[in-house]
Amino acid sequence: MATLAPTTPWVKGAKDDYRVCGVTTLKVDMHTERLIIANAVMAVVCLVLGGIAALLIALTRWQAIHLLDATWFYRLLTLHGVDMLVAWIVFFEMAGLHFGSTALLNARHAAPKLAWTGFIMMTVGGLMANAVVLFDPKSIVTFTAYVPLKAHPLFYLSYILFAVGALITTITFFINIVVAKREGRFSGSMPLAVFGLMTAAILAVYTLLEGAAAIVPAFLWSLGVFPNYDPGIYRNFFWGFGHPAQQVNLAAMVSIWYMLAQMTVGIRPVNEKFSRFAFILYLFFINLGSAHHLLVDPGLTFAWKAVNTSYAMYLAVLGSMMHAFSIPAAMEIALRAKGYRHGLFGWLRNGPWNEPGFGALVVSMILFGWIGGVTGVTIGTEQINMLAHNTLRLPGHFHATVVGGTTTAFMGFTYYVIPLIFRKELKLKKWAVWQPYVYGIGSALVSLGMITSGLQGVSRRNWDITFSGAIPGTVNLTLAIFGIGAIIAVIGGIMYVAIVLTSILTGERKEASGLLLVNGANNPLLESTKLTDEQMEDKQNQPKGTLVLVFAFLVWFAVYYLSNWWLLGRTWFIK
Amino acid sequence: MLAPEKIWWKPLGRMEKTWLTVAFVWCVFLTIMMPLWYFMGRQNVPAETYRTTPTQFNEKINAFVEQYKVGEDTVNGVTLPVVEAPAGSDVYLRASTWQWFPILQFQKGSEYRLHISSMDLLHGFSLQPVNINLQVLPGYDYVATITPTTTGEFTIVCNEFCSLGHHTMIGKIIVK
Repeated sequence: MATLAPTTPWVKGAKDDYRVCGVTTLKVDMHTERLIIANAVMAVVCLVLGGIAALLIALTRWQAIHLLDATWFYRLLTLHGVDMLVAWIVFFEMAGLHFGSTALLNARHAAPKLAWTGFIMMTVGGLMANAVVLFDPKSIVTFTAYVPLKAHPLFYLSYILFAVGALITTITFFINIVVAKREGRFSGSMPLAVFGLMTAAILAVYTLLEGAAAIVPAFLWSLGVFPNYDPGIYRNFFWGFGHPAQQVNLAAMVSIWYMLAQMTVGIRPVNEKFSRFAFILYLFFINLGSAHHLLVDPGLTFAWKAVNTSYAMYLAVLGSMMHAFSIPAAMEIALRAKGYRHGLFGWLRNGPWNEPGFGALVVSMILFGWIGGVTGVTIGTEQINMLAHNTLRLPGHFHATVVGGTTTAFMGFTYYVIPLIFRKELKLKKWAVWQPYVYGIGSALVSLGMITSGLQGVSRRNWDITFSGAIPGTVNLTLAIFGIGAIIAVIGGIMYVAIVLTSILTGERKEASGLLLVNGANNPLLESTKLTDEQMEDKQNQPKGTLVLVFAFLVWFAVYYLSNWWLLGRTWFIK
Repeated sequence: MLAPEKIWWKPLGRMEKTWLTVAFVWCVFLTIMMPLWYFMGRQNVPAETYRTTPTQFNEKINAFVEQYKVGEDTVNGVTLPVVEAPAGSDVYLRASTWQWFPILQFQKGSEYRLHISSMDLLHGFSLQPVNINLQVLPGYDYVATITPTTTGEFTIVCNEFCSLGHHTMIGKIIVK
């Protein structure tokens, strides 16, 4: 394997299997490189499968087209959930964990065999889930597989394999960090991005354990080992897995936000304490979010639901609002320090908008916060949930978070992984410039179409609601917005896959020489180290624009939230 | 991405403090709204629940239909009894693949104790266009104390996936 610079081996007697990255000057273990490539490739494969399903089910719900028959609709809906929400995102995160625990720390991969075991289990599990749903009509149970809807035992087994594989990979993350620390690969504290990924990894451990608590009994029940499985208990455990799994995505995505901001603008975190405390808030409170799915379930008290749905006291929301300030603030300071000091938003106008990572970062933050976060807190309010539960407002919310937010950020990050880890030149760069915006507009329309349809009562996971006669005709318009958005998003997805495949398959092997893809040869990562305390504290560099932006966000948040209470007050009395 | 210098525990800046305080106050407000509405609002999520079994619930629903049946109507081409119980009584609604049984009739402004349970899978009670949504589980008798405030014919849509005929599961509530 190629190495750029001869250096000392990792440990005495170990095989000297690493290279030195020309851009970051960090060592990259070849095990890490191969693991990242394998996980990233599987992620994209799942994205393609889930994306084909996405297009077909969206064109079915778009009432004017209504493409598939009912069975295929529910079948592909099941696959879409499994491939996108679980497989694509988790494979990508596993690549991120390998990257964060070794390359970012200048460290070796301490447990490659274990990591490969995890990868193989995830791959087998993911592909098996697809096969079972495609070939066994009984296993069309949607992603949640609510007991007592019984799928084939292999369906549950595929979930278990995937989850255990992910758990094993997550464990290698901790092993790597401990070994790196012990071998003195990095000095001082962990970098902020690794700290964020560590949050994601800790969340992942108990998320996956709760998944086991839900799915292992379901597997045994499907085999007939015991006759009954209480549906309320299953729902509680399932969402103990399903909801925190989204918070793993959140923590991973925010870490990637910090990385993208550093890679494209050269930020220095404004206050490490502030940002790290925000991650700690995720760690302690976000697991309570399981209750979001149980707010209108029988058998639960108001007090239990109110405490859990609010993450104790919206403390995880506070964490996100802190990041929502600290990331743009750091970007503003870095850009102001470069001289873009004109007015409140001169720095923003002069941002590198044609740099794919920057575009992806901005799109991701806007869609995640302004649509996903605001709608999430609102429908997660105990009483307001009665207006929203299982309507299209739900997928409207989480398509803003995991599609517009997480997926856009992951896609943007991929463009840098290709030269740095795959060591291939990025092809179709012009497409890469536009891709985050196309994908962002598509997913924004998808979310807005779903949310506005859901507000009119359209239920999710429903092949056809028109003959109920209960739904107003304006739904045709909002469902069309959703359908058009889906087509645009799929075009953005195709652009992404085309860029990735063209680069990997036709690009020459080439050591990366610069960090930025289209914006010249400077290296923001190195620039960020040159930001002095004086520059950070300079009056002229203070993030005034960001403060205006976050207050505007708060106003929008309040308007949306309070208008939902008003809406609730107009409906039938119920207690 | 880079390890910070050894001592990064620094006091927060003025803007960070401002935003942290404002955001925290907003979180406290969000928290207070739920108990406030719980005591003051007229739309709260029902919590009253009893354990039941499909057989038990069926017995209750049959007795209920027998006692209070006032006519017949069709939903989706199937003829179902229309049942109207006096204000304040216990009324029953059964969810099963893929039917809501029976058709309930209410008087506007009167209060009813609506019992909902499922005979088989999970179902979703979604009353349209009122847009009230509740989860229905087998084995649980979920009691919603409701007061209709509008008149007309309302549709119950099932909004929890209950296998392949899910979208055909439609019911009716009439309010006079």
